[in-house]
Amino acid sequence: MLLTVENVQKTYATADGPFEVLRGVGLQLNAGETLALTGESGSGKSTLLHLIGGLDTPDQGRIILNGTDIAALDDNGRAELRRGTVGVVFQQFNLIPSLKVVDNIAFQARLAGRFDPIWAQTLADRMGLTAQLNKYPEQLSGGQQQRVAIARTLAPKPQLVLADEPTGNLDEETASIVMDLILELVAETGAGLLMVTHSQALAGRMQRRLHLRAGQIA
Amino acid sequence: MTRTTLHALLSHWWRSPLQLFTLLAGLALATALWSGVQAVNAEARASYSAAATTLDEGRYDRLLRRDGQPIDLEAYVALRRAGWLVSPVITGRLNNVRIVGVEPLTAPGSMGALEMADGADVERFLAGQGQMFASADVADRLPEFEVIISQNAAPNTAVTDIGIAQQILGRPGEIDSLVIAPNQPASQVDLQQIAPDLIRQQAQASTDVAQLTDSFHLNLTAFGLLSFAVGIFIVNGAIGLAFEQRRPVVRTLRALGVPLRRLVLLMAAELMFFAFIAGAVGVVLGYAIAALLLPDVAATLRGLYGADVSGTLQLRPSWWLSGLAIALGGTAVAAAGALWKLSRMPLLAGAQQRALAMAAGRRAWAQALGAGVLLAIYAILSVTAEGLIAGFTLLACLLVGAALALPFVLDRVLALASRGAKSVTSQWFWADTRQQLPGLSLALMALLLAMAANVGVSTMVSSFRTTFTGFLEQRLTSELYINTADPAQAAAFVAYATPRVDAVLPIMFTQITIADQPTEIYGTRDHATYRENWKMLEGAAGHWDTTFAGDTIIINEQLARRAGLSIGDPVSVQGRQMPIAGIYGDYGNPIGQAIIGEHLFETLYPSITPDRFGLRIDPAKAPDFVAELTRDTDVSAAQVINQAGIKALSLEVFERTFTVTTALNILTLAVAGFAILMSLLTLAAMRVPQLAPAWAMGMTRAQLGRLELLRAVLLAMLTAVFALPLGLALAWALLSVVNVAAFGWKLPMYLFPLDYARLGVFALLAAALAALWPARRLARTPPADLLKVFSNER
Repeated sequence: MLLTVENVQKTYATADGPFEVLRGVGLQLNAGETLALTGESGSGKSTLLHLIGGLDTPDQGRIILNGTDIAALDDNGRAELRRGTVGVVFQQFNLIPSLKVVDNIAFQARLAGRFDPIWAQTLADRMGLTAQLNKYPEQLSGGQQQRVAIARTLAPKPQLVLADEPTGNLDEETASIVMDLILELVAETGAGLLMVTHSQALAGRMQRRLHLRAGQIA
Repeated sequence: MTRTTLHALLSHWWRSPLQLFTLLAGLALATALWSGVQAVNAEARASYSAAATTLDEGRYDRLLRRDGQPIDLEAYVALRRAGWLVSPVITGRLNNVRIVGVEPLTAPGSMGALEMADGADVERFLAGQGQMFASADVADRLPEFEVIISQNAAPNTAVTDIGIAQQILGRPGEIDSLVIAPNQPASQVDLQQIAPDLIRQQAQASTDVAQLTDSFHLNLTAFGLLSFAVGIFIVNGAIGLAFEQRRPVVRTLRALGVPLRRLVLLMAAELMFFAFIAGAVGVVLGYAIAALLLPDVAATLRGLYGADVSGTLQLRPSWWLSGLAIALGGTAVAAAGALWKLSRMPLLAGAQQRALAMAAGRRAWAQALGAGVLLAIYAILSVTAEGLIAGFTLLACLLVGAALALPFVLDRVLALASRGAKSVTSQWFWADTRQQLPGLSLALMALLLAMAANVGVSTMVSSFRTTFTGFLEQRLTSELYINTADPAQAAAFVAYATPRVDAVLPIMFTQITIADQPTEIYGTRDHATYRENWKMLEGAAGHWDTTFAGDTIIINEQLARRAGLSIGDPVSVQGRQMPIAGIYGDYGNPIGQAIIGEHLFETLYPSITPDRFGLRIDPAKAPDFVAELTRDTDVSAAQVINQAGIKALSLEVFERTFTVTTALNILTLAVAGFAILMSLLTLAAMRVPQLAPAWAMGMTRAQLGRLELLRAVLLAMLTAVFALPLGLALAWALLSVVNVAAFGWKLPMYLFPLDYARLGVFALLAAALAALWPARRLARTPPADLLKVFSNER
């Protein structure tokens, strides 16, 4: 089993008092498997994704990735996890504006010490970014920027890809192309894919789907 | 990983060169201001310290010929044989260098330049083989001599053996003066018996002007600290903005797996590297500032000391190292907060926004609370502070407290103004100005401190000058002063001068102890000179009448403060109890002083007869009188001092002091203006999303540009209004607390409204000039850039 989430709980402090976002969530994901996580706004989808990606820590429960409980890791351990094991595709791209496209694609692989220039070039070609490599992110369209972000995520060949509304900022046609590329490349690398989405159409393309409601798996 | 992360961090500066320039320029200017002032101080102190340690600069009593001619070798030999521990000195000029010839075996005390010099061959020196000791620049002007370079050498002076000096000055066998060692044998043959044509000249002990010079340096040091504070605010602003703009990148880096600790370390290392570069530039700039200022300071100190003070600057390692240390330390202080925030920053954007909003609110309140606490401490200390540490603590509380309070005060004022806004544009303007305030607050704090420093230091220096001018009029009233050699000459002089001048005022004093304080007590003749010119800080009715009648005593402020004496308190002189009738300002005097009537003095100290006299005479007749006096009597020209000349010189000194502080004022203000410019430029990019909606809803870009300009001037004006009372409080603290703690006298404070008005106009001009470029850029922002704001909206 690549990923096991057991009874995860998370509460945020708000101006109106504590808000329980996740209330005992559990799920499992195998290597090479794709899973869609759907739910209303505020249902806790993104929070769960962030916890699995080691971007935040649960208040209670366990998140076991490749046999390691990431909830028990310290800041350095979680940073190592983000570098080497997990790749996150953010809705808002989160590219580094001062680096060229070619450097952005290579960035996470270099951090992880697993940079493969041939694989990086392959990713750039498959993403249709060959002509854009020497441009800065601000010179690209939203769809192009998201493709750069996906290439960056896949460049170190992570075992688990987490995607948070990866096509949320794209038009329907571009979204479809981007989604095809994600699924294709994830299948090639044998990584597991957990994608948060509002779109039932996109969710339908995953092998499994789970629905979150009020912080619990429905 | 380190290399990749560093590449990402540094790429930011490559893409934002203006921001990099802001950071480097802020650091460099802060360092330049600090190190420039410190360099001037250090150089001047080193110069006259070296001068003071050189023989013949007034540390010892000396014997001179009455007629000003060289002393015979025979007289010297006779004195030595009679047990007088004297050492011959000759001075002269060669290649515009002052040559001092000394006799190393008999010279008293330290040898100044000689004892510290590296590479000195004492044997060769003693053997009179031509070695000289001087600073490097002097050595360059004496290429034909073997000069040992000494860091301790007095400026523009070379010290050598007297034999060599006589030879190179073309004055073989001549002696200008004989320095008297401080410890002489208990019994000596009277000077008059051995060398009747010689007179003894008293050492220039710790003089009044020396104290004033210390005060002058204290002012400069205070200014240096203020400049540094202004610089720190600038650096803090630059670093804060740099971190603010890179916040999303930092978050991304962390999300991609860069450990927080490594990120913090890399950013700290990056800043230290920049600090080092900027610090080096700042030290060079500081050197330039110091080199520009130093001739004025040198002339000032030359005037004060009558000794050469180097007008050129040496690159002292301690100075440029301290400049670099200040740059690195200042950056560390300024960056500490930003790095702390970075280390506490939540990784997730959503949480970050919430946390930031909450943190900003908490910070504003904490800042206002901190300001309140510091100002309360200032209020308490202003009543209770005693001593230098308390004085400087008081200053720090005042300045930091006021700076921290500024954003809060401005926010309240803007909120008040927005209530009166009628039109939609003015409502938007006030609201937008309040929103801008956090980004500009550090630059405005720098402006506040710069203006307060201007008001405070100008007020202090001007008050100092006004007071000192009055003091000179009071103290140097007599047109001529005569030092007589002995009672016989004194009696002959009085007999000669009395019918020829308006008044002969004997000056006689002795050292006593009053209220356990060492005090010089003077017996003073009843004359209008004192009654009309000596101003009392506090005085009982008829204080001169009672004092001249021998019933009361008048003391100086130093004695009153140190002994806790006030009007009416009785003091004992020679067992005689007298109430204090007056306390007078005695600026520059390090010790206690007291005045009693002439007749009482003669009664209490019958053995003391006056050997110094003040002469009241029509100034036009003074030169003729001096010529006749030296012709008709044995009083030499060297014994006559024309105080009009000293007065003019002293006044010139303070004009120069004023020039130095004015130059520093302008520099500090210019740096504060630069801070505003840099803040506005850096904020400009962040402003586009705020301004684009206003543009989209019908405001023109030119209108927006004009409003930006107006906003900067308005904020500068409000800051100026706040800076005036702060500057006056600063001046008060310097004059009434720091000065009293440092020197024992309090200077009255005068106000100079025209100067303040002029400063206000300068500040507004600086702010307007600083805002002009960003406003112009805004007015010319391409519509496409403004539209991007909407196209990027999600």
